Amino acid sequence: MTGKILVDARGLSCPQPVLETKSALESAGSGTVEVLVDTVTSRENVLRLAGRLNWKGTWEESEQGGFRLTLER
Amino acid sequence: MKPDSGGRLLTGWDHGEDAALWAIDENRVGIMTLDFITPIVDDPELWGRIAAANALSDVFAMGGRPFVALNIVGFPVHCEPLELLESVLRGGQSKVIEAGAVLAGGHSVEDEEPKYGLAVFGEVRRDRIWRVSGARPGDVLMLTKPLGTGLCTTAVKAEMAGLLDTKPVFDSMARLNDLPRHLDDDLHLAVHACTDVTGFGLAGHLLDMLFGDGVDCVLDPEALPAFPGVLEVADMGLIPAGSYRNRELYSPRIDGLEKLPLKLQDLLFDPQTSGGLLLAADPESSRLLLELCRSGCAPECRMIGRIREGSGKIRF
Repeated sequence: MTGKILVDARGLSCPQPVLETKSALESAGSGTVEVLVDTVTSRENVLRLAGRLNWKGTWEESEQGGFRLTLER
Repeated sequence: MKPDSGGRLLTGWDHGEDAALWAIDENRVGIMTLDFITPIVDDPELWGRIAAANALSDVFAMGGRPFVALNIVGFPVHCEPLELLESVLRGGQSKVIEAGAVLAGGHSVEDEEPKYGLAVFGEVRRDRIWRVSGARPGDVLMLTKPLGTGLCTTAVKAEMAGLLDTKPVFDSMARLNDLPRHLDDDLHLAVHACTDVTGFGLAGHLLDMLFGDGVDCVLDPEALPAFPGVLEVADMGLIPAGSYRNRELYSPRIDGLEKLPLKLQDLLFDPQTSGGLLLAADPESSRLLLELCRSGCAPECRMIGRIREGSGKIRF
């Protein structure tokens, strides 16, 4: 896989961001997936999912508010 | 302005009692409560049963018995068939009858999002009231239902209910917390404090119980009862927002939380719908109480911890 996949889950309430991330991770298989979320709940839940599926997750606060998650495998 | 009840209102607003208590005479105390919820399962009759069990629970949590209940209904009459509402009400009524009470009417309004619950009146003898406070050092802490209804309903919402078996969870939510109906006087008095576990999770409701009594509770992490599959749901990140709110509110009053695996922490903070009774019971009688629960009205009752002297904290 080349290139980054971006999941914009801002404005969605849980469990939607988790579900969208899950399908992105499954279709990517490996590489880098970035996820944008706007609540701590979504951030933590997406990181939990990533960990469970053996993706390494980091996050930073995004300039526009919310969080940018980087998931790698 | 402070309302004057002439000394007959026996509960305050400030600290987490499950229902309002109103003295009828020297011995009799009336219990008033109401509770309603939005749909959490697809089956309307099951939802009715869960909502009614949830509302009736507040009366049982005070050690009382429900006598009469009224329906509270919000329903989108113009978009959903009335048969659906009839199923909800039928489910609710079946639990009211099972609880030994009478359904006497109610009130409905049109509402985009359906809501259902009950206003309930019950009674308890003044010397038989269970309050949320009153736990004593040495007491055994018991929980009558497993934890994880919030995780389960989140998985259902995510259409990932395949991760777990939902039936035991739904059955448990629809089960009455009618322990007081099954206890003789001695066992009833062996319960020093009681509340039911709902939206604030085990952590929040237990901390309410410990507040102001100079006691802590030492919880046994291995004894925390979870519905089959809900820990896997937590690992997949299907954790309700309420769980994070509870964590933020309550973790400062929990010592040793970091020793717990993350998914057990999630269980501790998981908001429950129609959760079990949380009881602080005299250690001498706790074995008997547990056996009685397990043999009938609360088959999944567990001892989960011990009360000791302290400062209102949960410890691991």
